[in-house]
Amino acid sequence: MPITTPDLADAFRLFGERLAEERDALTRLDQAIGDGDHGINMDRGFQAVLGSLPTFLDDGPGALCKQVGMRLISTVGGASGPLYGTFFLRMGTAMGTAEKLEPVELVAALRAGLEGVIQRGKAVPDDKTMVDAMRPAIEALEVSVGGDWQEALASAACAARQGRDRVTPLVARKGRASYLGERSTGHQDPGATSTTILFESLHDALATIS
Amino acid sequence: MKKLINLPDRVVEEALAGMVAAHGDLLRLEEPNVLVRRDAPRQGRVGVISGGGSGHEPMHGGFVGRGMLDAACAGAVFTSPVPDQMLAATKAVDGGAGVLHIIKNYTGDIMNFELAAELAQAEGTEVASVVIADDVAVQDSLYTAGRRGVGGTVLAEKIVGAAAEEGADLQAVKALCQRVQDNARSMGMALTSCTVPAAGTPTFELSDDEMEIGIGIHGEPGRRRVKLASADEIADMLVAPILEEGVFARGDSVLAFVNGMGGTPLIELYVVYRKVDEILRARGIEIARNLVGSYITSLEMAGTSVTLLKLDDEMTRYWDAPVHTPALRWGV
Repeated sequence: MPITTPDLADAFRLFGERLAEERDALTRLDQAIGDGDHGINMDRGFQAVLGSLPTFLDDGPGALCKQVGMRLISTVGGASGPLYGTFFLRMGTAMGTAEKLEPVELVAALRAGLEGVIQRGKAVPDDKTMVDAMRPAIEALEVSVGGDWQEALASAACAARQGRDRVTPLVARKGRASYLGERSTGHQDPGATSTTILFESLHDALATIS
Repeated sequence: MKKLINLPDRVVEEALAGMVAAHGDLLRLEEPNVLVRRDAPRQGRVGVISGGGSGHEPMHGGFVGRGMLDAACAGAVFTSPVPDQMLAATKAVDGGAGVLHIIKNYTGDIMNFELAAELAQAEGTEVASVVIADDVAVQDSLYTAGRRGVGGTVLAEKIVGAAAEEGADLQAVKALCQRVQDNARSMGMALTSCTVPAAGTPTFELSDDEMEIGIGIHGEPGRRRVKLASADEIADMLVAPILEEGVFARGDSVLAFVNGMGGTPLIELYVVYRKVDEILRARGIEIARNLVGSYITSLEMAGTSVTLLKLDDEMTRYWDAPVHTPALRWGV
């Protein structure tokens, strides 16, 4: 049950569609503790990705991820552009030139993406950022990837949701939300929310592969 | 939302097209959304570029021209531009003497400029960067993104642009920019919120009898929300934390910049300036130069910010040097 380039493209397409649906909700979260543009920016970037997606399918999953990353860096702006862009670029680099991926290889690529996000954004756990959803999701995949793939993906999506919700009561220490200090407590982090949607999309698109 | 727009997604492009139509003698437009000084690149001169989210007009595009910026990158409203833009701007102004990036301290701006600088250097252009972080409303600690770049940016762009115009080299231009940053402090406040066109609803809510002290230029909340006060009391609330910084002392000469946030009329800015002048006089601090007007705004937000810059002779001379841009013009 290796994962092919079209499989991964389906997951990214689903993520883009979910971002479009959640555009206003993400923006409302960002209005509360940021500058009110997260949904707008992510939607603009993924609309550009979706428009180009058919042209990204010729050279394997690694090339697909790199092109998605470059497109996001060129279209999203803000902090989300370099962060999500770096995530997909590093995933692509980790995948190399393989034509198909075993689940364990996809998980390793996700880990490389996470390390890239941390390097670029310098967030540590509990800073209340996308890392707080991304890290537990990938750790959940790493412990469960040897077993049932569908359950592994479900556990990742669940861990992302828990991570997102776990930091809601905390004080934000990165990005524009950090300017609020104590006033950021109780607000759900927009970046952790969009990252949760990513892992839900990976589950919904890839769990049926067998 | 009542705005003079056509489509929310077209605001930035249409405004840039309007700027070029109005000021074609000073600037040209390059893809993607970069305003470039018309005669750039100037051989042997350091190029000075900046950029940031749109919605702060006239900053930065209104400061492109003789004696100030060589190029400005316009992001989406309140969103950092993308590295492609800073790379295009850097290449467009590279006259062989290097390019200075003036970056306001926001997480997104820093990351996108960093990526662009890496790409430009890989292509053989020498790039130096200075981060402006002058907003005293934000605690500079490990637990925040650090102080925001606000009013001091305008002053840095003017002073540094004059030095580049006279032929200062990249290291000198960078050192001067850093000195402006180190000697500038700002504090702002808002009477009303603002609405990002693509969002359609106000970024935050303020009731009729409230104001936000320490507001950022993207509607990010500040230090505290308090009951509305008089202009004199507000001027006190803005100047006091600036003076507490320990940068300004009796006998110093300063540039005092009273800025409008976009929705505040000039008559009110002068009411504020009057009090700022009175406070500084009482402290024995001389206002040697001033700037009053809306130069770094937050869409239609009503409010003001005060920036003080401790001047030295070189900064003063560069401040007085000729400038010819859409938004600042003297000596020409």
